Amino acid sequence: MEGFEVTKGATNDISVLYLKGYLDAHTAPELENALQKLMDEQNYKIVVNFSELNYISSAGLGVFMGFIEDIRKNGGDIKLSSMKPKIFRVFDLLGFPTLYDILDDEEKAVDKFTKS
Amino acid sequence: MVNKLPKTQKKYQLKIPSQSDNLALIRELIAKVASQVGFDDEEANKIELAVDEACTNVIKHAYNHNSNQIIDVLVKTDTKKITVIVSDKGLGFNPDKVKTPDLNESIKAGKKGGLGICLMRTLMDKVYFQIKPGQKNQVTMIKYIN
Repeated sequence: MEGFEVTKGATNDISVLYLKGYLDAHTAPELENALQKLMDEQNYKIVVNFSELNYISSAGLGVFMGFIEDIRKNGGDIKLSSMKPKIFRVFDLLGFPTLYDILDDEEKAVDKFTKS
Repeated sequence: MVNKLPKTQKKYQLKIPSQSDNLALIRELIAKVASQVGFDDEEANKIELAVDEACTNVIKHAYNHNSNQIIDVLVKTDTKKITVIVSDKGLGFNPDKVKTPDLNESIKAGKKGGLGICLMRTLMDKVYFQIKPGQKNQVTMIKYIN
């Protein structure tokens, strides 16, 4: 069965969420909970690593839309990294690259925080 | 299921409870049928996603997460195209009022939805709706093989 996992890591003061599997309307609440937990802990600098994500629907993209404004108001950001081409295509179709930083790999996404 | 169709035409139907944990099964069916007809992986992924979006709309909006209701997914194929018809008997909406959302505005408003129909229209060659709330709402999506 197609599942979904989100695990948490950190690099200095930057939280990293690793997504694995299939992100759709059924599994999006798990990501929502993980982001809400980071917000509750006042961790506003977040990198999301998509390297093991195989599928995303608009329900998954919607999670990032719902949180980004609050996170940016608190001086943070969500930077997205390591997407497979088919995942990037969905973000691209909906115009996300103009409003979100989408980086090739996690290191570049972390650097974007430390160098900005 | 095949009903007296020419050998090049096939028809599959899935009637499934309106639950989000069934989306994976629906996607699996669509991906397999699309690949059998001759769509490459990239095009099959697009069809899979468009159908996921249509079914997600039914689960969330037409049936308001009532899992006792049924989603009807009918897939028809021939040598030139795949046609997917998703039907429900739930709440309807006016498709003419669904505009492409301004992502920037949606984000500022903390809105996290409204992208599904826009994606369906982008991913498929033809998308049209027939809405009769409570009786039968239907979205028909067609993609041609290049």
